Amino acid sequence: MSASADVRAVLSEKSLVQRLSSGTRGTVRALLRNKAGFLGFLGVMFFIILTTLGPLVIPYEGDPRLDRLRPGARSLFAPPSVEHPLGLDVKGRDVLSHIVHGGGPLILTALEAGILTTIVAVALGAAAGLLGGFIDQIISAASNFILTIPQFPLLLVLATIVTFDNRLGMALLLAVLNWPTLMRAVRAQVMSLKSRDYVEAAFALDLGLWHITTREVLPNMISYIVVNMIFTIRSAMYFIIALMFLGLVPLTEPDWGMMIFIGKQQGSLSNPEAAWMLLAPVLAIALFQLSLVLFTRSLEEVFNPRLRQGV
Amino acid sequence: MRKLIRSYTFRTVVQGLITIWAVMTFTFFLIRLMPGNPAQIKIDEYVDRYGMSEDQARQQVATLFNYDPDQPVFEQYVDYLSDLVRFDLGRSLTSTETPVAEQILRFLPWTLFSVGLALLVAFSLGVLVGLAMAYWRGGLLDNVMTVFASVIYAIPDYIIALLLIMVAGVQLKLIPVGELYGGSTQGIEPGFTVEYILDLLKHAFLPVFTYVLATIGGWMLTMKSSTISTLGEDYITVARARGLPERRLLTAYVGRNAMLPLMTRLAISIGFVVGGSAIIETLFLYPGLGRNLVLAIGLRDYTTMQGIFLVIAISVVVSNILADLLYGWLDPRVRLGGDKGTE
Repeated sequence: MSASADVRAVLSEKSLVQRLSSGTRGTVRALLRNKAGFLGFLGVMFFIILTTLGPLVIPYEGDPRLDRLRPGARSLFAPPSVEHPLGLDVKGRDVLSHIVHGGGPLILTALEAGILTTIVAVALGAAAGLLGGFIDQIISAASNFILTIPQFPLLLVLATIVTFDNRLGMALLLAVLNWPTLMRAVRAQVMSLKSRDYVEAAFALDLGLWHITTREVLPNMISYIVVNMIFTIRSAMYFIIALMFLGLVPLTEPDWGMMIFIGKQQGSLSNPEAAWMLLAPVLAIALFQLSLVLFTRSLEEVFNPRLRQGV
Repeated sequence: MRKLIRSYTFRTVVQGLITIWAVMTFTFFLIRLMPGNPAQIKIDEYVDRYGMSEDQARQQVATLFNYDPDQPVFEQYVDYLSDLVRFDLGRSLTSTETPVAEQILRFLPWTLFSVGLALLVAFSLGVLVGLAMAYWRGGLLDNVMTVFASVIYAIPDYIIALLLIMVAGVQLKLIPVGELYGGSTQGIEPGFTVEYILDLLKHAFLPVFTYVLATIGGWMLTMKSSTISTLGEDYITVARARGLPERRLLTAYVGRNAMLPLMTRLAISIGFVVGGSAIIETLFLYPGLGRNLVLAIGLRDYTTMQGIFLVIAISVVVSNILADLLYGWLDPRVRLGGDKGTE
């Protein structure tokens, strides 16, 4: 009798695990469980919809609109109104149109940087951990080296050498600077997993490095990797905007970073009327970054079944 | 045993020296890969402004600063290295004849003062609040502060700075932003006078406040989670069972142990104080090393950039070694565990 109860318990537990890890319902539930995380998810979704579908609805205003100069006004700046919910910028253009059209390239570049960083870090970390020896020493030395040079000044120098006419170059550059942290974590994880029975068994079966890495090692740290990727996207965005902020990358409008740069150039930091031109991108960046950070909490629950059951 | 410890320290120091040399060499060649060079920028300026011929300008520039763009890069490297061994960082290429070391000594105090003060304030406040948050877990303070810390932690420092200027400065007029730019007010004699020190603090307010806001969330959250795990330790239960007063428990038993992991981080953060923040200093026109580095990059002032990178690399390496040693000193458990404590 007790044996059948055991079996039933095992069976029900197995089905629970299956349902939670493979079913979308489980994912949705995990997403909903953490309130802050869900808020972050909504925020990220909002910005993705805003910057992908928004341009289809709201036309981009690139040319100066001198005709919008109100009688008696000294500048084209305008506070929010019904036609222009976020006001007008220094050239009388609709700020909302720049917000909608200027987020896409920025988010996409940051996303590319995040993905590239993750690929490089996981590949190098797995190689260092699994192969060990000389290769491990070289990779570890390189990561120590990159971590010693302060990132932002280095990026300032590199930004003048590599020209950014394409997004991928920028993303690649950020990946080169960002891989060491995740690489160390992957390497440490691989090292500790290497002695576990199932990985040793895989080695004994001569299953190959690729199989061991993708099937045995990575699934164990997928939650860490995903969260790390989100943080990399965040820091990539930070650096891209910082470069634009200092006017060091030749970038084109529309772009949130450019809005800040132009706003700063046009003295809107000291002009109360001009606040909206700067406030809009500043708030967009702040909210997007905040959403990303909050979102990681839900991601942790989605990708880490242990955390879900443990609550 | 003693030999072993000595050899471990020795190895760390040698490793540090090699890292510094590698960073120095890497940045040396990287900097010279940048498009444009300081001589050409100056030559162009002479041609444009004084209508000199290209040759004339070239000769003029050659006498102005002892940098020859046609000299092979490797020869330049050997020259630089031989100067460096004699602790000579060379002379600035753009503000002619100013030794780089002198320039760094002029800008460094500003960065050390502002970033150091901010680190001190953020760390001590963050640790105290984090401790309180964990101790009264689930209370009002914890809930409010956790939201505050998570939000402030997620927002980039320059966004905080911009919001400070725009909202508190321009819109609400709470802070007289215009008066606070720069390092000190012109005309006030530098010296150990109350007036000058107050003026310094006034001008450092905006960058320091920004740094504190940008970093305090991280300290609070780390301290909170560290305290929570410390509270679960057996020795806390034992101390409580012994009937120790809560206050002593909180400071001597919980607080000290929970701070251990933060000390390493603090030591590492100190290394990054020297580099300052290029972007915040530029925004507030604060005369620190970070802003000077941005200016030097714009002018392609090779020697100045070289010197600043070197100083930053040294401070990062030294603080990493310090963090290593500090941890062993603060936590006897690591010491007893022998020298495998570090990776």
